[in-house]
Amino acid sequence: MMARDPDDRNPASKPRETEETDTTMATAQLEDELITTEVETGSTERAGRPDETVVATTGLTVHYGDDQALWDVDIEIPVHKVTAIIGPSGCGKSTFLRSINRMNDQIDGCRIGGELHFHGKNVYDEDVDPVALRRKIGMVFQKPNPFPKSIYDNVAYGLRVQGKDDEVDLDAAVEDALRGAALWDEVKDKLDESGLELSGGQQQRLCIARTIATDPEVLLMDEPTSALDPVAASKIEDLIDELVEEYTVVIVTHNMQQAARISDKTAVFLNGGELVEFDRTATIFENPADDRVEDYITGKFG
Amino acid sequence: MSTETEHDLFGDVDLKWEHAKNRLFLWVIFAASMFGVAMLALLLLDIGTDFYVGLTEFNISLTDFLTRDGSRREELSGFRGAIVASIMLMILTAVLAFFVGVGSAIYLEEYAPDNRVTRLIEANLANLAGVPSIVYGLLALAAVVNGIGTGPVLMAGAIALGLLVMSIIIVSSQEALRAVPDSVRNGSYATGATKWQTIRGVVLPAAIPGIMTGTILALARAIGETAPLLMVGAIFVNRMPSGPFDRFSGMPTQIYAWAAEPSPHFIHLAAIGIVVLLTFLFVMNGLAMYIRHRYETEI
Amino acid sequence: MSTETNPTRGITGDGAAQADRVANRRVRRILFGCAAITVLTTLAIFFVLIDNAVSYFYGLRFTEALLGASLEKSVTLTEFFTGTRWAPDHATPGHGILPIVFGTLSITVGAAFVSIPIGTATAIYLSEYASEGVRSKLKPTLEILAGIPTIVYGYFAIAFINPVVLSPIAETLFGIHLGRYSMLSGMLVVGIMTIPMVSSISEDAMSSVPDELRNGAYALGATKYDVSTRIVLPASISGVLASYILAVSRALGETMAVTLAAGFNAQITANPFDEIMTMTAYMVSMARGTSAVGTIEYQSLFAVGLVLFVMTLVMNLLNDRLKRRFQEEYR
Repeated sequence: MMARDPDDRNPASKPRETEETDTTMATAQLEDELITTEVETGSTERAGRPDETVVATTGLTVHYGDDQALWDVDIEIPVHKVTAIIGPSGCGKSTFLRSINRMNDQIDGCRIGGELHFHGKNVYDEDVDPVALRRKIGMVFQKPNPFPKSIYDNVAYGLRVQGKDDEVDLDAAVEDALRGAALWDEVKDKLDESGLELSGGQQQRLCIARTIATDPEVLLMDEPTSALDPVAASKIEDLIDELVEEYTVVIVTHNMQQAARISDKTAVFLNGGELVEFDRTATIFENPADDRVEDYITGKFG
Repeated sequence: MSTETEHDLFGDVDLKWEHAKNRLFLWVIFAASMFGVAMLALLLLDIGTDFYVGLTEFNISLTDFLTRDGSRREELSGFRGAIVASIMLMILTAVLAFFVGVGSAIYLEEYAPDNRVTRLIEANLANLAGVPSIVYGLLALAAVVNGIGTGPVLMAGAIALGLLVMSIIIVSSQEALRAVPDSVRNGSYATGATKWQTIRGVVLPAAIPGIMTGTILALARAIGETAPLLMVGAIFVNRMPSGPFDRFSGMPTQIYAWAAEPSPHFIHLAAIGIVVLLTFLFVMNGLAMYIRHRYETEI
Repeated sequence: MSTETNPTRGITGDGAAQADRVANRRVRRILFGCAAITVLTTLAIFFVLIDNAVSYFYGLRFTEALLGASLEKSVTLTEFFTGTRWAPDHATPGHGILPIVFGTLSITVGAAFVSIPIGTATAIYLSEYASEGVRSKLKPTLEILAGIPTIVYGYFAIAFINPVVLSPIAETLFGIHLGRYSMLSGMLVVGIMTIPMVSSISEDAMSSVPDELRNGAYALGATKYDVSTRIVLPASISGVLASYILAVSRALGETMAVTLAAGFNAQITANPFDEIMTMTAYMVSMARGTSAVGTIEYQSLFAVGLVLFVMTLVMNLLNDRLKRRFQEEYR
């Protein structure tokens, strides 16, 4: 399996091995933990809070051309919690995430059915402007994608396009966002340097800073650590733990340990776009209701 | 789900101005895109009208036009000498530029080591493509017409055009060679073929449609070039050239001579000449497209 | 190859394989010779232009001077580069190149004002807005503009733009009677013919901006306008600039269209309805007379040609630099 990509000697991209290997390894370890210790899920204090739904879907379907990518998804995502979306590759977890802030609109031939409510409003109603929606629901992508601009301009970009740059003190807002993304101390002396000069993990935190600078309500994260080395990944995980105090976080991950570590609730997508089970993370990992989920968690397939 | 909640939800985001800006921007860039199309239409329309007026109001017979040579007298003027000269130019240009061009491309793509000399050749190639065509005319004027002493003959024009299109042929041939997958080369090497056997037997046959397409397009560019021919003295010659070492005037230089005349009759002769020239270009481009589509699937 | 009888023959390099290798080496040398011709062409251009231009200034060619003939000054470099009257073939000759340099630069700048905004806007439309169906029709249509011979644009200027479009405007709005030629019609036709160079190359540069950047901006609530102007355009800027340089370089060396559009009157003027002369138009006007070798007219061709060549060379080198930088950014 390693021989498949002999040119890829970049250590940062190591965790990017095929999903198959990754999940089997992860589940093998997880199984050990399941037997020996309790799985440590997101902070117990947070888990104790009652769920208040911010994003809810009813019968959400997504088609790409003739292919159906999502089948009748019903889910209620709680505010100020970390919701993890897990499942094998091609199970529609990224598709689901992209439909929350209507990024799927950018894809030709993508059709959406059902309803997706944000604070009770169906975002696919005709009177909803996707641009306005995305100003409330930020997104961090799998591959860090800083703009080819200075670190400062990267963070200020969102404020500028949203016309907030004359309302707020831009310098202070940039500093706040970079502090919020735990990047300030590393970059405060080189704000004029290009965002592309940073390391992969720093770039991803820059993208998070860029997103939180505009103060959205929900943060969508599409496998934000899969292109990073383990140290950088754990920094992002710590960051998510802090971010959830202010934002609602929905994170797609193919790393089950990660889901178990950081999330309050977990949704399992299987079978090419079907939401099979959605529950408290501890329940999913310790005592799933659905046999297929149990099989997936324990690595019997996927 | 009520409209009231929605109002609260996005009430703080005012996108009216944003959307107005977007619409205006789209309108502006669409209009700009259409400007080029409109100018093309206008140009073709103008030439078409002048062509028609030339045939009807100036009673220019298309048969006479195509079978007579040029003349100082407007009513006797024809295009035959210019057409024949242009065809001869094209053939000579093709012979001069094709082999050297394809040879250079093979060297650069298949043989050239990654060193200073190769980089110099590549950089020089990019520069040659940007040299104004009139400068190639000056080169031929000094080196061939007066240097070798041939006088203002067709061969001198062909050399100027040959040097002019050589860089185009090289670049398009390089692209065609690059498109041949390495697996094809490796398959040949695995049977014990040498590099040259591989190139001649496998790589070139696979690349030849692309090379031909590029060459025809380069020749289409050559046939419309005026300035280099003027520089080697291809003007005020009305008769048909008898061979490569005869004086000549090609289609574009003949059109120039007519267009620069003040008489409206000559202007309309120029319009008809342009239609003939554009027909040549159209056929050549069509041929190039045909070759590209015909063989596209096979590689 | 009889590898069955003696297996080492083939791989030790005697016999047939040896002959193949010799042939291979010979072919390689011939092919290198072909490639070397392109370098020789550039050297020949340099040599011919300098050699003959020297005779314009010193009365004899550089090669003749090397052979020991004595120098006689005919035109001083000071007069050439600072004089404001260009008429080398006149009874009282003027040797200041400035008027025709002005002609060339004014056409180039004027054309850039047409091709750069329109070409860039077209590129943004093609790369960011147009559907695949529209794009697949619009792009080749615009490329036809680039394939039309320049003489046809010259005809378009002299038979349509100048008499039909510009003449009434000059007459009614400014009360100027327009002649056969005008600077403005030259700017317009050269601008039109260089639109596709800007649009096509800029569009290639914009299309190679990765979608991740666009998505990153959309996810921040950016509109398409924001994405086009604040992400795609800045990210592709070196490629876009390269297309501008290419268009400018093309306009500098453009000959037939400007000759038939802008005319043969070497003068420095601010009036766009005046007739002017570019460096290339001067060369064409001299060629019309098939000037004899050794005359000052013939020599002046090469002096002007050398100045033009150097100007375009600078542009080409600049273009090469920008292109390379763009390729480095996105690899």
